Amino acid sequence: MCIGFPGKIISIDKDNYAVIDISGTRREVCLDIVDEPADVGDYVISHAGYAIHKIDVATAQDKLKLLQELIDNEIY
Amino acid sequence: MKYIDEYRDPALVAGLLTKIENAARQISHPVTIMEICGSHTYAIGRFGIRKLLPESIRLISGPGCPVCVTSAHDVDVALYLAGLDNVIFATFGDMLRVPGAGGDSLQKKRAAGADVRVVSSADECIELALANPQKEIVMMGIGFETTTPTIAAVVTACRRKDIQNFSVFSVHKIVPPAIKTLLADPLLNIDGFLCPGHVSTMIGTAAYQMIPDAGRAAVITGFEPVDILEGVWMLLQQIVSGNMEVAIQYSRGLRPEGNTRAMNLMQSVFETADAEWRGLGIIPASGLSLRNDFASFYTLKRFTLPDIKSSDISGCGCGDILRGIKLPNDCPLFKIVCTPMNPVGPCMVSSEGTCSTHYKYY
Repeated sequence: MCIGFPGKIISIDKDNYAVIDISGTRREVCLDIVDEPADVGDYVISHAGYAIHKIDVATAQDKLKLLQELIDNEIY
Repeated sequence: MKYIDEYRDPALVAGLLTKIENAARQISHPVTIMEICGSHTYAIGRFGIRKLLPESIRLISGPGCPVCVTSAHDVDVALYLAGLDNVIFATFGDMLRVPGAGGDSLQKKRAAGADVRVVSSADECIELALANPQKEIVMMGIGFETTTPTIAAVVTACRRKDIQNFSVFSVHKIVPPAIKTLLADPLLNIDGFLCPGHVSTMIGTAAYQMIPDAGRAAVITGFEPVDILEGVWMLLQQIVSGNMEVAIQYSRGLRPEGNTRAMNLMQSVFETADAEWRGLGIIPASGLSLRNDFASFYTLKRFTLPDIKSSDISGCGCGDILRGIKLPNDCPLFKIVCTPMNPVGPCMVSSEGTCSTHYKYY
């Protein structure tokens, strides 16, 4: 039930509702409880009609890169 | 799909499997890992992860599906409320087919004429309340820390808008007390926990400290195949080294301190109360009811309930399955009389339920 999905903010209206795009599917979510201020172009994880987390792009990229390096170099 | 496809990369999966095999060889005993979250149960089944892992690693499912752990009594109360003449009963879709007393369900109530509405976000209740001023809108407040702040946001919005015909039937629960109960269960010997990704987005890492304190491994994990396998690998590394901690695999999904804004909102509307979990019994301070300040939004204070006597479904193994001490195959009803089309117990209803996942994928 705690399903959440990442999407990109396309627009934000005056009531603090954002339209987010998840690979072409658009969905309206409320930004009232997101953990950090989010703007158009940011990626957020949303759950049950509310954005709950702004994805830190650098953190996400670093993590994947590190994992790839660990695997490529067979470091464990 | 950005932030999804990268985590389904077959090369990364293959690399992680090698690492898991190497780590497993360094551990002389079989390893039991519990995933607490229903979304993990579903993803592990859907991506066939159990079959990829070495035989010495056993994944078991815990009480992480909110629908499944809702007590028989709470289901019966929901059915009673939904049947009242002046009520529009709003619920997330997961709850619709959960059987209560005598096999009744919200779906059957609706077929018989009750006004049951499926919402995908609780804020749909605001429109419902404004459009139906002569009706009472009752929202089934179900879910863990991921979902409860969204309900709190709707309650505070209704107060701001002076909406007086909306209330929440709260069966919300919080996760840490259930983990504590599992850690104390002598029948369970869990070496490590895959901790729920989106609950952790809200509550952060500190709430799981009792896991390493009890000498078990803990990794907050995401929901794609690469996430889950990396989570398993990180658990094995803790077990090999003996250095237990609350580690984060799902770093793109949370900050270590959690979402304090959402948690503060939740705590301003809700307070902890004892709650009955299917399978685990009554766990002190594991449920959430509305604070006195919000009593007018609290269904149980707005309505007078008759004495509803409930009993667990005869022969149903959901209780033991939710504690991880039985598998669906151990239940005499599984696949024989209990199927996704005709579910007897809640673990067969929800797509995240252990029985539904096993029926589909094993």
